[in-house]
Amino acid sequence: MATPVLEVRDLRTHLVTRWGTIRAVDGVSFALAERETLGLVGESGSGKTMTCLSILRLAPRPAARILGGQVLLDGDDLLRKSPREMERIRGKKISMILQDPMSSLNPVFSVGMQVREPLVAYHGLRGRALAERAASLLGSVGISSPVERLRAFPHQLSGGMRQRVVGAMAISAPPRLLIADEPTTSLDLTIQAQYLRLLKEIQARHGLAMIFVTHNLGIVARMCDRVAVMYAGRIVETGPVRAIFRAPAHPYTRALLESVPRLGAARVRLTAIDGQPPDLATLAGGCAFVPRCPQAFDRCRAEAPPELPVAPGHAARCWLHASAPPHPGRGP
Amino acid sequence: MIRFLLTRVLQSLIALAILSVVVFILARFTGDPLHLILPMSATAEDYDNARRYLGLDRPYLEQYLSFVGRALVGDFGTSIRARKPVNELLRDRLPNSLKLATFAMAVTVLVAFPLGILAAVHKDTAVDRTAQVIAVLGQSLPTFWVAIVLVEVVGGRLQWLPAAGMDSLASYVLPGFTLGWFVVAGLMRLLRSSMLEVLDSEYVKLARVKGVSERWVIWQHALKNALIPVVTFAGIYFSILVTTAIVVETVFAWPGMGRLAYEAITSRDFPVIQAVVLTTAAIVAVVNLAVDCLYAVIDPRIRYGS
Amino acid sequence: MAAEPSAGTLADSLPELAAPAVPARRRLRLPVVSLGIIAVFVLAALSAPLLALSDPYEQALRLRFQPPVWLDGGSWAHPLGTDRLGRDLLSRLVHGARVSLSAGVLTVLLASFVGAAIGLVAGYYRGRVDAVLMRVTDATMSFPVILLALILAVTVGPSYTNVVLAIAVILWARYARVIRGQVLTLMELDFIAQSRIAGAGAWRIITRHLFPNTLNTLVVLVTLQVGYVIIVEASLSFLGAGIPPPAPAWGSMIAESRDFITSAWWASLFPGLAILLVVLAFNLLGDWLRDTLDPKLRQL
Repeated sequence: MATPVLEVRDLRTHLVTRWGTIRAVDGVSFALAERETLGLVGESGSGKTMTCLSILRLAPRPAARILGGQVLLDGDDLLRKSPREMERIRGKKISMILQDPMSSLNPVFSVGMQVREPLVAYHGLRGRALAERAASLLGSVGISSPVERLRAFPHQLSGGMRQRVVGAMAISAPPRLLIADEPTTSLDLTIQAQYLRLLKEIQARHGLAMIFVTHNLGIVARMCDRVAVMYAGRIVETGPVRAIFRAPAHPYTRALLESVPRLGAARVRLTAIDGQPPDLATLAGGCAFVPRCPQAFDRCRAEAPPELPVAPGHAARCWLHASAPPHPGRGP
Repeated sequence: MIRFLLTRVLQSLIALAILSVVVFILARFTGDPLHLILPMSATAEDYDNARRYLGLDRPYLEQYLSFVGRALVGDFGTSIRARKPVNELLRDRLPNSLKLATFAMAVTVLVAFPLGILAAVHKDTAVDRTAQVIAVLGQSLPTFWVAIVLVEVVGGRLQWLPAAGMDSLASYVLPGFTLGWFVVAGLMRLLRSSMLEVLDSEYVKLARVKGVSERWVIWQHALKNALIPVVTFAGIYFSILVTTAIVVETVFAWPGMGRLAYEAITSRDFPVIQAVVLTTAAIVAVVNLAVDCLYAVIDPRIRYGS
Repeated sequence: MAAEPSAGTLADSLPELAAPAVPARRRLRLPVVSLGIIAVFVLAALSAPLLALSDPYEQALRLRFQPPVWLDGGSWAHPLGTDRLGRDLLSRLVHGARVSLSAGVLTVLLASFVGAAIGLVAGYYRGRVDAVLMRVTDATMSFPVILLALILAVTVGPSYTNVVLAIAVILWARYARVIRGQVLTLMELDFIAQSRIAGAGAWRIITRHLFPNTLNTLVVLVTLQVGYVIIVEASLSFLGAGIPPPAPAWGSMIAESRDFITSAWWASLFPGLAILLVVLAFNLLGDWLRDTLDPKLRQL
């Protein structure tokens, strides 16, 4: 691909806590092109949100420390920017939508004030131009009577509308990259579909690259071009959506897909993945999925597998693919 | 919101009414005030005359109503000790107390606010630790002790600042500082913990994500929310201020209401005590009302409901 | 825009790395100093009659204002010196500890009991009951404690009981407010609904389910308030509206020696120091308890 909008190389973020050091992001690498949507999938604690916060350099201090790697935005390494420079990049070049619309808007400021903030900062708009732009921004995310809404306070809006406001703020610049961290998880089911549609529209209109963090595979199927599956701070499988859904290469991905109940399938029992997510403070050497993997063998316990190619554009961290055999499932 | 205010006013009035009853009962039922007024050589007839003169022989309800009636127009009777109408005493002393209290509050706000905010923003650094030490000491040192030490050492021995009376601007310093000390400590701690909580919130995170400058995040987004619990406590802090004022005014010989109260205690001057208690309670009620209004101004959730 | 060649290490551009590291393992550290101080005072107070101390009430006018043992003119008979009436300071301090500590603890226990009960009831029943109780609470909470104590001192006369009552009558409101807030949050939780479905009555739910969950908060609040009450009691004694002389109360001890601060400094310094140490210890202990038991109580 041409210079990717975002390229993350071997990003490592550790959390220093009372109970030990957690390798929250443990060597994560991926790339994203314009208009491409990458789905970041995994259980809670897998490192999805921490990866996104690390990209923005907003990992919670002082516990979190970015130890190494590169985060290239249009070729420019963000990890080498000063705090002042990062402030100018956030919101303008990279935006983020947070999960809970109830708490992501400041309760004591009007909606208008919060929407105008980035417009004043990025475009230096004032007076009437500012008011018109703010109203049109709200309109572009499908909010009716935008002028009235601008005067309202967050607690007077519904959850769906709040999330739209957050979306509006996110595209004020508009940015090169939009990170959406489980934006529909707190919304009603009926609103979810609308919101996802809105996001797709925004992406097409502004040519955004998008990272979509979610644990919901249905959303991934609908929204994403490529998927990166995370487990214990690492990306264990990455590839095009279709390929991963049809032929998952990593046992974890396979288990995730199988645990989604499907209507009409002749299935008697719901399958769940045995075991618990790992305690990230006490990871042994070797592959992190071993305790829960139905296909683990000796090599898995001894050595952590690197990213191994499965097919063009499709890779997995699993020893099952060590010597490109066409038979996954049989040990070497 | 008007309803909200009206309810609060009504509640304050009810509270004041109850208080007046309590004060009245305590004053009447606990010993005969006449013993203090009349000389030892008074006869039974003198007592009867005095009782009739002061209206102490009428039924209690009547006494109470006339007491309230007069209180509402500002007539609190005559001071037993000073033999002057109590209102005159109040009129002389109340403004002095208010001036000192305002000075103390100004000091408090100027010191506690910046310190509390900076302590939260620079958590676990030298600034934070210093602020915490000041706060803990401030809440552990008894005010009266600090007061007398200052009077004797700074005012007496070193003669740096006046330690008695209300003569010059400089004489505000020692009593004002002593008065505000305890409240500074409490307010600073409250502000610090409130800021810490707000700085952790999702909307602050989003503001940073939007690229809002750190300074704006702290002083606009965070602070406005952090002030809400502080305002909630403001009423209590004011009453602590009133409490402390009695001690401070007494020690620093400040001619205010607090000193008046102390003098009235030592001479068992009922009318003055009643007046002081009721006036103070009324002022506290007014302040609390003002605080509630402020609260509604800051927090739109109160203003507009949901 | 091409990437700049990295100037120096990653640490230069990532302030996150330069920040002081939080220790990887932090064990639970007991506040030894606070507990120690409190233990010393409590033990002294409890064992006061048993210790070989002089009689705190015995006057010896020839020995007025004798300095502490380490100064000229001091003696081991009176290690911390004597006061205005020749009474042994050390003994009065220790006996004063009995008074102050017991008053502090008693008042707080009384206030917390009443306050918690009211808070529990208000939070459980909500509606009218809650509204009325909270109005009373708010009105009480902002009444200056000292004023009430003063009224009592003037009308009924200063005494130990009056001090405890006067303070407790105002103090309970704080507990009621805080506990009610907690109860409101607890009521949202499912286990309350489940007890109701299982047929539990109000009394059972309040005592078995709500109250134990508020204990954490209560313990923290109680500890933090003991210090405050001790200061109030001392202030009252200082003003003459608290524990009446000749009983040894730290506040009145300071009042008596007020005029001699610069000459016989020990008579006012030691009682003041005693108050400071005890209150400080309780405050620090309270802080530690709050951080350990429930950091959400940061606003206390």
